[in-house]
Amino acid sequence: MSVIAPKFRLGYFLKGIFDNAFWILTIVTLAGIPAIQIVLFYLELPVIDGELLTAFLAFTWLFNPTMQVPLIKALIYSDLFRIVAFPGFGFAALIAAGTIFVERKMLAKLQLRVGPFYCGKVEGILQLAGDGLKLISKEIIIPAKADKPLFWAAPVLFVGTAAAFVALIPVAPGGWVVADLDVGLLAVFAVIGFFPIITILSAWSANSKFPFIGGIRALHQMVSFEIPLILSLLGVVILTGTLNLSEIVESQSSFPWIIFMPIGAIVFFTTMLAELERIPFDLPEAESEIVAGWLTEFSGMMYGLVQLGSYLKLYAFAALFVIIFLGGWTGPVFWPPLETEIITEGIPIPNYAGDPILTVNAPGLPLLDQDPNEWVLQQQGELQYTSGQLLVSGVIWFVLKTVGVIFFILLPRGVFPRIRLDMLLHIGWYKLIGLSFVNIFIALGLVYAGVIGPGGIL
Amino acid sequence: MTEQVIPTKKMPPGLQVENVDDRIMTLNVGPQHPGSGHMRIIVKIDGDYIVDADPDPGYVHRGEEKMAESRNYITNIPHLERPVIHDSCNILYPYVLGVEDLVGIEVPERAKYVRVIAAELNRCIYIQYWLAIYGIFLGHSTMFMWPAGDRELLIDLMEKITGARVTHAYFIPGGVRNDVPANFEDVCLRQVNYFEKRIKEYADIFYDNPILKARTEDTGVLSREDAIRLGTTGSVLRASGVDYDLRIKEPYDVYDELDVHTNVLKSGDSYARSKIPWLDMLESCNIIRQALEKMPKSGSIRTKLKPNPKGREDEVYRRVESGRGSAGCHIISRGKPEPYRLKLSVSSFRNLIALPYLLKGEKLGNMPAVYWSLNYWPVEADR
Repeated sequence: MSVIAPKFRLGYFLKGIFDNAFWILTIVTLAGIPAIQIVLFYLELPVIDGELLTAFLAFTWLFNPTMQVPLIKALIYSDLFRIVAFPGFGFAALIAAGTIFVERKMLAKLQLRVGPFYCGKVEGILQLAGDGLKLISKEIIIPAKADKPLFWAAPVLFVGTAAAFVALIPVAPGGWVVADLDVGLLAVFAVIGFFPIITILSAWSANSKFPFIGGIRALHQMVSFEIPLILSLLGVVILTGTLNLSEIVESQSSFPWIIFMPIGAIVFFTTMLAELERIPFDLPEAESEIVAGWLTEFSGMMYGLVQLGSYLKLYAFAALFVIIFLGGWTGPVFWPPLETEIITEGIPIPNYAGDPILTVNAPGLPLLDQDPNEWVLQQQGELQYTSGQLLVSGVIWFVLKTVGVIFFILLPRGVFPRIRLDMLLHIGWYKLIGLSFVNIFIALGLVYAGVIGPGGIL
Repeated sequence: MTEQVIPTKKMPPGLQVENVDDRIMTLNVGPQHPGSGHMRIIVKIDGDYIVDADPDPGYVHRGEEKMAESRNYITNIPHLERPVIHDSCNILYPYVLGVEDLVGIEVPERAKYVRVIAAELNRCIYIQYWLAIYGIFLGHSTMFMWPAGDRELLIDLMEKITGARVTHAYFIPGGVRNDVPANFEDVCLRQVNYFEKRIKEYADIFYDNPILKARTEDTGVLSREDAIRLGTTGSVLRASGVDYDLRIKEPYDVYDELDVHTNVLKSGDSYARSKIPWLDMLESCNIIRQALEKMPKSGSIRTKLKPNPKGREDEVYRRVESGRGSAGCHIISRGKPEPYRLKLSVSSFRNLIALPYLLKGEKLGNMPAVYWSLNYWPVEADR
């Protein structure tokens, strides 16, 4: 297909620019500013200089340098920020977008081709944005005999469940998690249990043959692989005695659990591939057998939402592997303790108990290292690292490990063919369940031998 | 389980009553299905098991045989290669041999060697394309990209020889259309050696892959007797343990002067059927090297034909070993410039006959593996 480029005309060019400017200004004025104001109404705003800030003056403070920093800090510590941006949806979506880019380029290199190249000028980095725009602009076609409410609900539910899974993942020390539950691992199992239900709902409601077969296959696969998945994680629960994911990470401060339970890690990794429908186990979407499986009837952004959900799920599973077997955010801290430097001029922070005039400016960390109490404790030698230092180095370690696990999840796609349903069930029910019991016995043996656990050597 | 449905009215002739069973689901795999090609397989499944499979070709019927009756022996050449454009030299080969018999001309020695080289290169091009689709049918995307990329080497080579990338129209009665380029021997030898090195790497990622072996071994087993009884040819027949290669059994052109080995596997399953074409490619590389060595370095490449040649009043049947099996051409001549009747006997259709027998009782997941391992090209079956 060849497209002849239209002749350049200055009038059309200027009209395009003015049109874009007009619509951007209109949308920002009518929708953007009210949206920011509405968000600000729900935030807990700090008191600066004895003055309670209100959302009506939002744009006044945002351009006032003395108020910017405390305001952004208040924003960072709010619940909304956690849910939308950092440990929650936005962070996961960013990693998912990076995953899609890396998957495309890595697979292309493996298969001796170039991959996305033109979109975004540099190695096709904007290809994903282009694909997203294409999916949004496409018509959504619903089969005539589909059960419409359920069919509409399925992609939304899929993304919602994946986001709920992401919300349970702790990313950095100090409670950087959306929902810090004491039964975090149990909640993870509960959330994972929703995926087959959504899959079979969407497959059934499409009222079409290929989605139906795909949905049944997904049900088989997910139900039979959930048992080894849960069993493979029980070994770590026995050793740590907790279901809280943050505490599981803190228990690995000296060594990761993969050293003692490599079998559990292998079983969990295999079941993870099956739950994610990645390539050796992509039977529910087997292209040459059942078109696209349970995704066959989804079109436009409904398909886009399912893909978004599945990549969020991929991030969440990789993060769960990191948290349970690879020690989460633990690792050497990158920044050394700060040198003594007392600054008496600067932005006073009235929220803290210490001297309100005392302000610490750490180079590169203007927002995170401004807790005077922690800083004073660090200077006295009672605190090794401030929470800002721990946060940054923890996030870096966590992201590095997660990206490594994601790489190993992506790799089989270029190496293995798809397996068959009976082989899959055989692997799930005979081999993986047996191996996960072996793993549990290893954990019990370690506890009873007194190596790990209460009164253990390590 | 199945209840016989008794028609209340007298059925019109040709219509059949289908038994309806709640357990059986009928799937139309094709013609708009990523795993079908230009055809349809009506598959009936009970759970995950296929109880009945009915291949339904005919979506790309072109009427090549009828078209051939209204064109003369030369103008038939470009359209007779259309059924398998990826194997265009081999599908044209029997027609050209038959016309040479009818018209009664001798082919120069050099042209025979050039024909063998072009035919073997084309066989490799076809098998690479087939292998790429086999890879993607099994969900192995690397095996889709690698053969499709390495195929370009030989396509460039064929472009140097014939001037066209895919549809060459290179063989004509009396020789080949034009001579090979000046430095052809060196270029061809270098590219074929590199190509052989590349395809040997496929064993590492595909043929020795444990998942592939577990998946395709012992699926769709065609026994030696069934393979002969159903009339399969080519790689399907040789995968079932029958040593039958027309290049050896009925050598045409200069194949009797070359050392041709044939590859036979005993098991007759999908894995063997998918491995035979790959072994054939390695053998083709050997044949090309031998032919390059023995080829006369100079000489005529074509015997001049009269314009609008007339065949004698006779009928001939010639066949060659194409990328899929024996490709035959039956020409009936009534002493006119056009053939009275031309029949293409193609291996795709013969191999497709085995499909319902192989799919019955298989699992649905095995369908693409069994179907495409039959070395079947839908357009060729329809002609």
